[in-house]
Amino acid sequence: ASTLVLADHDNKKLTASTYNTVSAAVALGGDIAVLVAGSDCKGVAEQASSLKGVAKVLHADDAVLKHQLSDSLSLLLQELQKKNKYSHIMGSTSATAKMALPRLAALLDVQPISDVLAVKSNDTFARSTYAGNAIATVKSSDAVKVATIRPTAFAAVEDSEKKALIESVACKLPTPILTWVKDELSKSDRPELASAEIVVSGGRGMKSGENFQMLYDLAGKLHAAVGASRAAVDAGMAPNDMQVGQTGKVVAPKLYIAVGISGAIQHLAGMKDSKTIVAINKDPDAPIFQVADYGIVADLFTAVPELIKALEKK
Amino acid sequence: MSLRVLVGVKRVMDAYVKVRVKPDKTGVDLQNVKMSMNPFCEIAVEEAVRLREKKLASEVVALSIGPAKCQETLRTALAMGADRAIHVTTDDATRTDMDLQPLAVAKIMQQIAKQTDANLILLGKQSIDDDSNQTGQLLAGFLGWPQGNFASKIIVDDKKLTVTQEVDSGLNTISMSLPAVVTTDLRLNEPRYANLPSIMKARKKTIEAIDVNSLGIDISPRLAYLSVEEPAHRTAGIKVESVGELVEKLKTRGLV
Repeated sequence: ASTLVLADHDNKKLTASTYNTVSAAVALGGDIAVLVAGSDCKGVAEQASSLKGVAKVLHADDAVLKHQLSDSLSLLLQELQKKNKYSHIMGSTSATAKMALPRLAALLDVQPISDVLAVKSNDTFARSTYAGNAIATVKSSDAVKVATIRPTAFAAVEDSEKKALIESVACKLPTPILTWVKDELSKSDRPELASAEIVVSGGRGMKSGENFQMLYDLAGKLHAAVGASRAAVDAGMAPNDMQVGQTGKVVAPKLYIAVGISGAIQHLAGMKDSKTIVAINKDPDAPIFQVADYGIVADLFTAVPELIKALEKK
Repeated sequence: MSLRVLVGVKRVMDAYVKVRVKPDKTGVDLQNVKMSMNPFCEIAVEEAVRLREKKLASEVVALSIGPAKCQETLRTALAMGADRAIHVTTDDATRTDMDLQPLAVAKIMQQIAKQTDANLILLGKQSIDDDSNQTGQLLAGFLGWPQGNFASKIIVDDKKLTVTQEVDSGLNTISMSLPAVVTTDLRLNEPRYANLPSIMKARKKTIEAIDVNSLGIDISPRLAYLSVEEPAHRTAGIKVESVGELVEKLKTRGLV
């Protein structure tokens, strides 16, 4: 195989998911190149050059790539494919890759493979369907495989002492058809939801957005990220980028603490691969207890402050 | 600038039905299961109808691809307010969750977009059966049109479209000129329930049937399904009596 991995980054640093995507490429074997496409992103290319298993970093630096919008990014990838004839082009299930890779696939006349959970061989992959309730093993007949990788399904590769070669890619991209207007990104000092080792999530049982402060406090004690169920997001208690579930983010931390979450199928789809699950819910019949390693049937408004206190003591 | 909106609707297993994988691992069991319009497609139809009601769109055409039963889904779109519908028919054995794949769907939609002279195509961001999240992006790629994805807000202003996209760390707003493809996310709107008068009215609207074989497109699947299996089941653990006990357990496992 010769694989091109599209790096996730914000022009300043690599996103953790890139380490997992490279891991999927390693599972294929063969040559691995990583594309860092952006603007003023030399530092990211340098960071990518130490990813273990990567032979080459392609660094495409251009103002039109600053926001990594789907039009320019797919054309760049198409150019690189023409030149280098990769057998696989992979990204993570990040918003950027989900937008750009299928668009690229149209340009290459390829049926993409979304949300890959396992690499079975060069052309065969397991992927999640029906909100994780059915795992399909699919075999692609396309000459080049275009796939998005679920980061939580692959262990991150390590950094290596040996640096890969960084090759600068000249971009001759046409005038973009998409214009960036603005970003309204959530700012938080807490770890990123998708890659945090501990996640604390709140559901409808939290009753209000103000009450989420309790979870932020708990997360502070645990150095955890904070998530929310779709019910909580729909009720306006938390922004959508905190949503864990089928239509939100898929997480698989070492410890997942579900607070006031009943455990709808669509929420379970986003967290049931967590190593250890704790559920706090006052309804003993809540479905979340069926996947929880440790459950407490209790009023969260008593249990969470107690938990914070207990962690202070430790 | 008047919009001519084409909106895709897919018939899928109802979101509230429990998913059962067939014991022979050939797929999810769809026998005698309630089917509905894909929830993300409902949002796309709602958005199209609202553009029509605001007189920004002159026509809303709903499109579904698949076996005869897809007509039910198109009737729902018509009852919600679409003006007319196109049904690209496949044989009844075609499973739209496995056999008819996003690449083929996008190729079919590309042709229908030309036929209907659409300048805005609205699609759900993904279908809740195969969960691919690809069709809108593939279609935009084939057409060479700009795309907005996971839209939580769409503003139409003269010949320009401003789309707010739900991305990993918040919101990202982009603008583009028409024609364009936009895929919808959950927070864009709340789809209406069709009332009885509109359901009655929808019966009089036309559904044009087009045999997929007449389009000259190769729709054969590129992905062969080798097996479909249930995920590994998690077993319930234990109930602890107190927060103190919980913290002890977590400490023992080195988690806190």
